Amino acid sequence: MSAKPLPDEEPLLRASALTRLYGERIGCRDVTFELYPGEVLAIVGESGSGKTTLLDCLSTRLAPTAGIVEYRMRDGTMRDLFRLTEAERRLLMRTDWGFVHQHAADGLRMSVSAGANVGERLMAVGERHYGDIRGTALDWLSRVEIDESRIDDTPRAFSGGMRQRLQIARNLVTNPRLVFMDEPTGGLDVSVQARLLDLLRGLVSDLGLSVIIVTHDLAVARLLSHRMMVMRHGKVIETGLTDRVLDDPQAPYTQLLVSSILQV
Amino acid sequence: MNAQADTATQAGEGEYNFAYLDEQTKRMIRRAILKAIAVPGYQVPFASREMPMPYGWGTGGVQVTASILGRDDVLKVIDQGSDDTTNAVSIRAFFEKTAQVATTTRTDEATIIQTRHRIPEKALKEDQIIVYQVPIPEPLRFLEPRETETRKMHALAEYGLMHVKLYEDIARHGHIATTYAYPVKVDGRYVMDPSPTPKFDNPKMHEMDALQLFGAGREKRIYAIPPHTAVESLDFEDYPFEIQKFDRPCAICGAENVYLDEVVLDDRGGRMFVCSDTDHCEERRAAGHTGEAGGIPLKGEETAR
Ligand SMILES: [Zn+2]
Repeated sequence: MSAKPLPDEEPLLRASALTRLYGERIGCRDVTFELYPGEVLAIVGESGSGKTTLLDCLSTRLAPTAGIVEYRMRDGTMRDLFRLTEAERRLLMRTDWGFVHQHAADGLRMSVSAGANVGERLMAVGERHYGDIRGTALDWLSRVEIDESRIDDTPRAFSGGMRQRLQIARNLVTNPRLVFMDEPTGGLDVSVQARLLDLLRGLVSDLGLSVIIVTHDLAVARLLSHRMMVMRHGKVIETGLTDRVLDDPQAPYTQLLVSSILQV
Repeated sequence: MNAQADTATQAGEGEYNFAYLDEQTKRMIRRAILKAIAVPGYQVPFASREMPMPYGWGTGGVQVTASILGRDDVLKVIDQGSDDTTNAVSIRAFFEKTAQVATTTRTDEATIIQTRHRIPEKALKEDQIIVYQVPIPEPLRFLEPRETETRKMHALAEYGLMHVKLYEDIARHGHIATTYAYPVKVDGRYVMDPSPTPKFDNPKMHEMDALQLFGAGREKRIYAIPPHTAVESLDFEDYPFEIQKFDRPCAICGAENVYLDEVVLDDRGGRMFVCSDTDHCEERRAAGHTGEAGGIPLKGEETAR
């Protein structure tokens, strides 16, 4: 994916020397980077590389052992995320942020209808008109290519790909500026993956979303991200524009990763 | 009152403290009640005690009643609006035996009314207390089983989930189909489950003159609505809250705008609709009101439910 964000813009999110230890064991260590509005950053690495720990720290789902994560709130102020009140943090998570889980069951309410899954965030921020909520839910279902006739079905009746698309709609309904994604195409069939990636690509560029996506799949990174961070043993070993990292990897480990994907 | 004066001894049956519970337990429960009154609608945890009756028989309500009962109180116990059901009779007998308090079936004579399903039709007064037996106090439990999460939601007043439940109702049934345990917001802050009263009674909770106490024994929670407190039933702008409507008056006393139960009259499908509040019905009949069924006696009939 090309088209870089404007260089003179202020960063949306900034991580400084972010570290998370599990006792003696390192989750992630000394991670520093900035994310700009409209930018898609892929965090890639093998299982155990620390990429999921980093994502959880960035999204405040996990408290870091050291370091700072700052975020530019809608009012323009840069705030230390771990100094927000819990009420502020939770409001941020359900309005200005999204989180797309690998397993849809972690991100959806499986026992309520698709319409209510999409409408929940609206109701959480005080929307009290059923007809309006339903109208917005219908609109979002069609934007993620779910037939409107399925609005009253629960996600239990949905395929894996549909569940992921519903999860995306549920997150985007409040027009978040930043969406975290944890292996959003993991576990899906290749053809289903391709369709989901196409959809994501379209939505991200239409809405100008900033995205931090964790994936072990370099093809996903290639298709979706502007920039990449390669992680190993909890540390970022290489970072750069996605095309550059994949076409001309500098770190020996990245070279190994890229060559192994090419063999697949 | 002191513990000594409250001790009631029953020859041959061992000793009961007044109203069964020991004084220390009653003090603990009273503290929980005071806290509940201070924070209307907030569920206060308390150390629920084993009572000589199974959970589901109103052990929470019984403990609350036991803790507020004094020797001069007059107790009324209702279940489904009736003073004569097994549950109501056994709880009344329990307090007659352990506290020797006067009991009544008359709403306006009672100082304490313990109830499982209904709020009496007659408006309660400032010197009365109504104690609700609650099976499931947590209104968010339906969609969020994690207690840590529901506590956080209450603390931060994050109540969007309650509307998800109402949304589902409308999506499935075309209207808000919740008829019992209809969620309310108390004093503009805490969302509370009035379970399991019918939503017909929700408006009676609003600005009630009497103190309302709720006890959940198995779940170990007490909550309260102080007198003259705003109680708002949740709804949508385009699907406003509505109480159940009955298209006929009580067949026995002719009362309108009261909650009716369907009563089976015989094996051949005969049935009629009568006041669920039996005291209200009897009082109206005593005052000369009659319905289409005239003077048919209530005793010996079975409710359809
Ligand atoms: Zn009647």
